[in-house]
Amino acid sequence: MPETAARRPFVSSEGLRLGARLSIPFLPGIVIFGSAFGAAAAQKGLTLLEAVLSSAIVFAGAAQLVSLELWRESWSLGSILAITLLVFTVNARMILMGASIQPWAGSIPGRILWPGMFVLTDANWIVAERYRREGGMDVGVLFGSGILFWVVWVIVAVPGYVVGSLVEEPRRFGLDFVMPIIFAGMCVPIWKGRQDLIPWIVAGAVALITSVLSPGYAFIVAGAVSGAVTAAVLPERSDA
Amino acid sequence: MPDGLFTASPDAVVALMCMALATYVCRAGGVWLMAHVPITPRMRRALAALPGSIMVSTVIPIGFKTGPAAVAALVVAVLVMMKWRKDLAALIAGLLTISLLRALGF
Repeated sequence: MPETAARRPFVSSEGLRLGARLSIPFLPGIVIFGSAFGAAAAQKGLTLLEAVLSSAIVFAGAAQLVSLELWRESWSLGSILAITLLVFTVNARMILMGASIQPWAGSIPGRILWPGMFVLTDANWIVAERYRREGGMDVGVLFGSGILFWVVWVIVAVPGYVVGSLVEEPRRFGLDFVMPIIFAGMCVPIWKGRQDLIPWIVAGAVALITSVLSPGYAFIVAGAVSGAVTAAVLPERSDA
Repeated sequence: MPDGLFTASPDAVVALMCMALATYVCRAGGVWLMAHVPITPRMRRALAALPGSIMVSTVIPIGFKTGPAAVAALVVAVLVMMKWRKDLAALIAGLLTISLLRALGF
């Protein structure tokens, strides 16, 4: 960083553009995942408008995909609470992501910060973390990256929905199983080492037992909470 | 394809808005919290383990419920990801595995 660089974080339109440019390597993944959501939503019986609305206002891939497992034709207060709790649980990792960037982004004016946080995702958080480690002070990078992801994410839900629902026998090509396959693959980069082993075993075991004992999809929340609690209770590993 | 592509049921819109609100609380909550409450190491470990726990808790029961072809597809996706770290390759390999095994009658 040159010595003339600002020492306090700020937001500029140059930063927004830089953020968008730094996001280009992520776009193929966003296109595939975003259109996979559209296809899965069509399979679960959402209308096109409902699918696009989910991408536009929820804007969180894993949560949108998991929420399809609780999607239904008629809603009760209980089922709305259940899907809201599930989405919260899936997205709880964002609380930690937000906490980690707070010392950097937290000092910009609230009228920019609070609307800007709407576009926080795993991908633009990584883009911003990398930029920040190199000494970058323009929080516009976080927002510019997130805005680009949002635009692409919302657009690609449409062809995903249309093409996915045009496939005659999705089961034959495994298209009913896109979401679990993506999740299984995502376990690999999320694995942080041996400290994850026991929490993951507990999570998997509790989820499996819950899925056998109780109908519906309570097993995701039960397993996930059990895994997190296990990690909190276990002593921190120094050799991990 | 469901009827009325360009319509949305009012209940579904309420559900989506609740999901969006819960997500925004997560997005903004960490920034807000960090300015007010220190996160203990214990809390940090719990939150760090949550994404992986969710993935495992989703995939394992759904795999077992769907059958052997599904379990094989999940294993192949994990192996491809471990070898090449490419999400798209893992997805394609998993889809090929499950469709091939289903074609063979599993």
